Amino acid sequence: MYTAADLRKGLKIAIDNEPYIITAFDFAKPGKGQALYRTKLKNMITGSTLDRTYRSGETFEPANLEDRKMQYLYKEDDHYCFMDNDTFEQIHINEAAMGDAVNYLIDNLAVDVLIFRDKAIGVDVPNFVNLRVTQTDPWVKGDTSGSDSKPATVETGYVLRVPPFIEEGELITIDTRTGEYSTRVKG
Amino acid sequence: MPGSWPLARRSNALAERGAIFNRVRSFFQEKGYLEVETPFRIPAPAPEAQIDAIPAAGWFLQTSPELCMKRMLAAGYRRIFQICRCWREGERGVRHLSEFTMLEWYRAGVDYLSLMEETEALIVAAASAPRISYRGLDIDLSLPWERITVAQAFERYAGTTVWAALEEGVFDELMVERIEPQLGLSRPTFIYDYPASCSALARLKQGDPTVAERFELYIGGLEIANAFSELTDPVEQRRRFESEASERASLGKLPYPMPEKFLSALARMPDAAGIALGLDRLVMVLLDAGSIDEVVAFTPEDL
Repeated sequence: MYTAADLRKGLKIAIDNEPYIITAFDFAKPGKGQALYRTKLKNMITGSTLDRTYRSGETFEPANLEDRKMQYLYKEDDHYCFMDNDTFEQIHINEAAMGDAVNYLIDNLAVDVLIFRDKAIGVDVPNFVNLRVTQTDPWVKGDTSGSDSKPATVETGYVLRVPPFIEEGELITIDTRTGEYSTRVKG
Repeated sequence: MPGSWPLARRSNALAERGAIFNRVRSFFQEKGYLEVETPFRIPAPAPEAQIDAIPAAGWFLQTSPELCMKRMLAAGYRRIFQICRCWREGERGVRHLSEFTMLEWYRAGVDYLSLMEETEALIVAAASAPRISYRGLDIDLSLPWERITVAQAFERYAGTTVWAALEEGVFDELMVERIEPQLGLSRPTFIYDYPASCSALARLKQGDPTVAERFELYIGGLEIANAFSELTDPVEQRRRFESEASERASLGKLPYPMPEKFLSALARMPDAAGIALGLDRLVMVLLDAGSIDEVVAFTPEDL
């Protein structure tokens, strides 16, 4: 059971017995007023979305999903293929159901495939993944533009902001919960 | 929860933050305000139903320096300001830190309308630019800024009356979902004359006791400050505190002792106006930061 204070982006809750994922979350508190928890929710089966505002004290059931440890194999057309390392069973998940996870999929990445009533409806990637930078502009020493970050493309094609000292070919850690640069992988 | 913003990436923002703080301090010094410090840890915060203080070794961390600063007004200090940390349990989001930096200032002999003008002047001085760009909005700081009553705002943006909203118990929801996103988009907006039931520590309006002399300032949809013509009637203030305390009890919240020393000082407090301004939020607006995390060195998640 969750309370309103547990709500955050990425949390999966059950509404009318269907799994929803919070795609946007905002804590709000009008001056001297009560705390309000504003959410955008996506139905993980139908893809339909809704906006809901909750108050402190409201409670939520976790989405009734089963997760299976699987490994990412490849993409084919608009489907992503994953394999269960114990049974070698392979499953396909539609791109639309993948969400932001597509930004982090490198070969053999270990993920949790989410199952609802025997159907794969999405994946959870690890909170932190290491990806190699494939393109970013070099850092000009003595740059006085005042810019404290620059865009970089990583091997999955995902583009994010990184500190100026990051160079092409380097391995960086990305926080998949926020999509942001976290640290440089040494060595 | 907002994501962690790496510390090294915040260096420019922190340099700008320091410059803004310097301009704020200069503004008050030039106007003859005394910078004061009052204790962070206090025995009795103002009883407010929806603001939760963090217990600290038998006392509480302040949610605002308001009560001590008003005791200074009662003791004869006429213009005082303070920049300090405040703590509010459970407040965390892209615009909230449970430990944040507050600017409060109090001035004897004026009311909330004078304070609107002083707030305009302060923010113009802090910005040191005639316009600001915030979240894609082009916000003109030239005077005068927009002023709209709470009643007008409900009719214009929420399609109902403020009294109906209170009756139906949806004042806060309509404020957050419908009204706040419309405030301060092209110019900063003062929203003022709150219903008497939302008066907190503000005096009721002369000639219209259904509303209180209270305003809030919004820039780019972001609430920046809350101000009052201060209530100086200790009997009425005690009645409001008791009402807030019983609401806290009915919500199962931690009780606070009644701030008796504040209430007895209030009888000697001159007419005054006071304002609490979230400095982190002002820095967010001036730096076009999407999250409060970007304008502080450390968030709780970084520790």
